Amino acid sequence: MAGLTGRMSTVVKAKVSKLLDRAEDPAETLDYSYQKQVEQLQNVKKGIADVVTAKKRLQLQETTLKQQLVKLDTQARQALSTGNEELARTALERKNVAQTELQGLDTQVSELEAQQEKLTDSEQKLRAKIEAFRTKKEVIKAQYSAAEAQVRISEAATGVGEQMADVGLAMQRAVDKTENMKARADAVQELEAAGTFDDITTLGSGEDDIDRQLKELSSKSAVDDDLEKMKAEVSAPSGGGAQLPSGGQGEGSEEQQA
Amino acid sequence: MIVRISGEDQFRIDESLHAQLNQLDATLVQAVETGDEEAFKAAFSALLDFVRSNGAVVGDDEIETSDLILPPDDITFAEAGEEFTGEGLIPD
Repeated sequence: MAGLTGRMSTVVKAKVSKLLDRAEDPAETLDYSYQKQVEQLQNVKKGIADVVTAKKRLQLQETTLKQQLVKLDTQARQALSTGNEELARTALERKNVAQTELQGLDTQVSELEAQQEKLTDSEQKLRAKIEAFRTKKEVIKAQYSAAEAQVRISEAATGVGEQMADVGLAMQRAVDKTENMKARADAVQELEAAGTFDDITTLGSGEDDIDRQLKELSSKSAVDDDLEKMKAEVSAPSGGGAQLPSGGQGEGSEEQQA
Repeated sequence: MIVRISGEDQFRIDESLHAQLNQLDATLVQAVETGDEEAFKAAFSALLDFVRSNGAVVGDDEIETSDLILPPDDITFAEAGEEFTGEGLIPD
């Protein structure tokens, strides 16, 4: 098979034979293979731990972002009820950015979860193969002549070697994915450090750099929708006699709060 | 013959299905070469499904060397492309 699968097979076989070639003395093959197998198993465990660490970091960020979402939403409502639409808009823009980041984090957390599951699965499979190898080598030693035993042990070593190469591949891919997640976590942290998700109460008078970036980042229409919805909610439940007349009520005269 | 789906399992498949496997692989190669991501996804999952449904899983306590190794089921189109250009899925 010359295609994708053929190439994949060739690459793995080359890797396995490289793994086994290192033991030049045939008698060493067995010990060497077994030692390598146990090492690889340790590596897989470490790999799983790394994935879990990366996942926890992202989950922590999720928690922080969720808290900011609630806070910004509340502040937007407060701003609206005091008639300060500009401030409400700013809060909603921040909320919008936080929401987008949160969605991104969500996706990545579940991706990492899938990786973790795969690696755990791979670890169990490798462990079972190593166990089988250990049993097999004893059987082979007892049943065959030295020369034939060597051949059979080599075969078994190659089989386990393939499993190791396969776990190695799964690990490499998990590491790559985790690296990507780290980049994402760093990016969110930078936004946090720049005050992107901060309370609007910490805002200065005019527009700062963050605000300008925010306006570019956040989807305008989403913020407009949020604002309209909130306006309706803020004005609706008051119900009593203190309703504002809806007549010639202008909106343009509001000054931004200092 | 024994076919491994990387990151999944090894499957024992009847020798008589070799030609069909080859055909599925050829479709896959063509999709990668023409840069058709949708066709690639369809061809790849067809190949994996064929192996899963026609093969018997090799037990964890059996030690067998595969005749054929298929990429993991979550391989991306980009990774499949690299596999051809020599980068390969498995680093040294």
